[in-house]
Amino acid sequence: MSTILTPELTAYWDEPDSFTLEAYRRNGGYQALPMALDMEPDQVIQTLKDSVLRGRGGAGFPTGVKWGFIPQGDNKPHYLVVNADESEPGACKDMPTLLANPHALIEGIIIASYAIRADRAFIYVRGEVLTVIRRLHHAVAEAREAGLLGDNILRSGFDLEVVVHAGAGAYICGEETALLDSLEGYRGQPRLKPPFPAVAGLYACPTVVNNVESIATVPYILFNGPGDFTAYGTEKSKGFGIFSLSGHVTTPGQYEAPLGTTLRELLGLAGGIRAGHRLKFWTPGGSSTPLFTDKHLDVPLDYESVAAAGSMLGTRSIQLFDETTCVVRVVLRWIQFYEHESCGKCTPCREGSYWAVQMLHQLENGEGTEADLEKLLDVCTNITGRSFCALGDSIEAPVKSSVTYFRDEYIEHQRKGGCPFDPAASTLFTMETA
Amino acid sequence: MVPLDELRSRLGADAAEIIGRYPKTRSALMPLLHLVQAEEGYISADGITFCAEQLGLAEAEVSSVVSFYTMFKRQPVGEFHVGVCTNSLCAVMGGDAIFADLQEHLGVGNDETTPDGKVSLEHLECNAACDYAPVMMVNWEFFDNMTPPSARSLVDGLREGADVQPTRGAPRLCTWKQASRILAGFPDGQAAEGHTAGDPSLAGLRKAKEQGWTPGAEASSDEGRSA
Repeated sequence: MSTILTPELTAYWDEPDSFTLEAYRRNGGYQALPMALDMEPDQVIQTLKDSVLRGRGGAGFPTGVKWGFIPQGDNKPHYLVVNADESEPGACKDMPTLLANPHALIEGIIIASYAIRADRAFIYVRGEVLTVIRRLHHAVAEAREAGLLGDNILRSGFDLEVVVHAGAGAYICGEETALLDSLEGYRGQPRLKPPFPAVAGLYACPTVVNNVESIATVPYILFNGPGDFTAYGTEKSKGFGIFSLSGHVTTPGQYEAPLGTTLRELLGLAGGIRAGHRLKFWTPGGSSTPLFTDKHLDVPLDYESVAAAGSMLGTRSIQLFDETTCVVRVVLRWIQFYEHESCGKCTPCREGSYWAVQMLHQLENGEGTEADLEKLLDVCTNITGRSFCALGDSIEAPVKSSVTYFRDEYIEHQRKGGCPFDPAASTLFTMETA
Repeated sequence: MVPLDELRSRLGADAAEIIGRYPKTRSALMPLLHLVQAEEGYISADGITFCAEQLGLAEAEVSSVVSFYTMFKRQPVGEFHVGVCTNSLCAVMGGDAIFADLQEHLGVGNDETTPDGKVSLEHLECNAACDYAPVMMVNWEFFDNMTPPSARSLVDGLREGADVQPTRGAPRLCTWKQASRILAGFPDGQAAEGHTAGDPSLAGLRKAKEQGWTPGAEASSDEGRSA
């Protein structure tokens, strides 16, 4: 059987105390740490390079390579910053990870910090998730009490403090340089790169910023060896990762599987699209990735194949919409989100998102013409590549792809003088009472 | 609003602890603002002055940070701050209907508070729980798979002082101020309570167990894929 799930990070989330140090140890946790501390830091970096783990926060940059960029012998403090600001529409894998298994992250943090010679690590977690933040505080306190954090960890001579830092509601702080500005106590606005954080990051010191899932995967790689990890996945997209299915699917949720698994396979495991309906469009990696349709069910969900098919793997945040859903409404709401979350630094993003929302409103209300649609596309094209960070580029992705696949539907709104869809037909409660 | 002198005496020690967590003091600004919100329920002019004093910043610098982040409130909110996700997926799955219904039921608009000061209402952006859509938050605790009737009974319960439990959070729902204190980095001792993973979080694991794809199974050549 070719379809397979590979629960590793998610392996014992069903144990009621899975978030505790005791449960983590019972399930083999903190066995990678002494192995790593017995290695030279550069050997740990090499192990990560050999695993070909690519960043699980969306961009897919090789984690080991990123670690290797940290200059050594520079007499500056080094920092590890974990990006736990999961806020991309559709992304919902890191929060359940932290709720159920925060110690995988903590062990990964200790190993990563040792490798890049950092004695201070920060977890920047979005603020709107109280119960997740409680679990992080708890895990850090447990680890400190057990001598896994603090001075002279496991008598290795390595010291590390971890600080849990709660954000305050700004999607842009998931962008790594905006996150660093925010962590320094400023408005979260992206920085011009270069210099990259590896050279001048937090407090202008060498800094690695990694996603939760990337770091939480590190103990597996150290313990099992990079070969076990590269046995999964495709040629250039190695290993496994969490795929998050949401929306009009029978069994939404988290499915940990090798990269390269297709949506058809995942839907097979998740009971398919909700009964009596069919797939209309979906995002492979959150709202910032161009839409796919039912023509893309067999695209292997790895970095290369998704890119070749015109989108991005992103955070494997698969939002599924069936035929009851108005694509214009969905895209409008995403662009309203980008307008709201644009930090305002770059004019094309700040102003372009504002005007894109106005035009999308008109189109959704049936007041937009084909010429308006062209103007919308033109505005979006002029945002992409003209702003400091990728938030601007994210505006074009859903607009352009939705027009590519559903141009007629945009025009249909004008013909009908309004949205031709009944919003009640797409709701969850309709599904329950139907 | 809490007078500045009182803020200084009541929050001075906590502020010092927060500042001590960071290599550079300005990093303490966001947790300090959460701390002020834990005391005042929002961030008043005096709250801004307090943070500025603690960190040696101009008040304008503190204000510029406050205005950037939506979780920092310049006006009092309710004892229970109710959020409804209206980003695309939750909106389509019913968030729009819930939000419209709650506005009518409570008689308040977006970012407004009921006259009794109990409940404020806000539409939220994606809260990283899409597999539980439609999602609501109360004081930043998860309320999953909501419907208009369940949302109505939730806010009624909050206004009546009923024992309201989040779907996946701590069994005792905090007030807005208590929640803000946790965000400032002062735990309330409820971390070990409440759910670990709801059904969607376990969907893949359950399927894998059902199929006998046991955790830690060796990757064999036909299980591993090659392009």
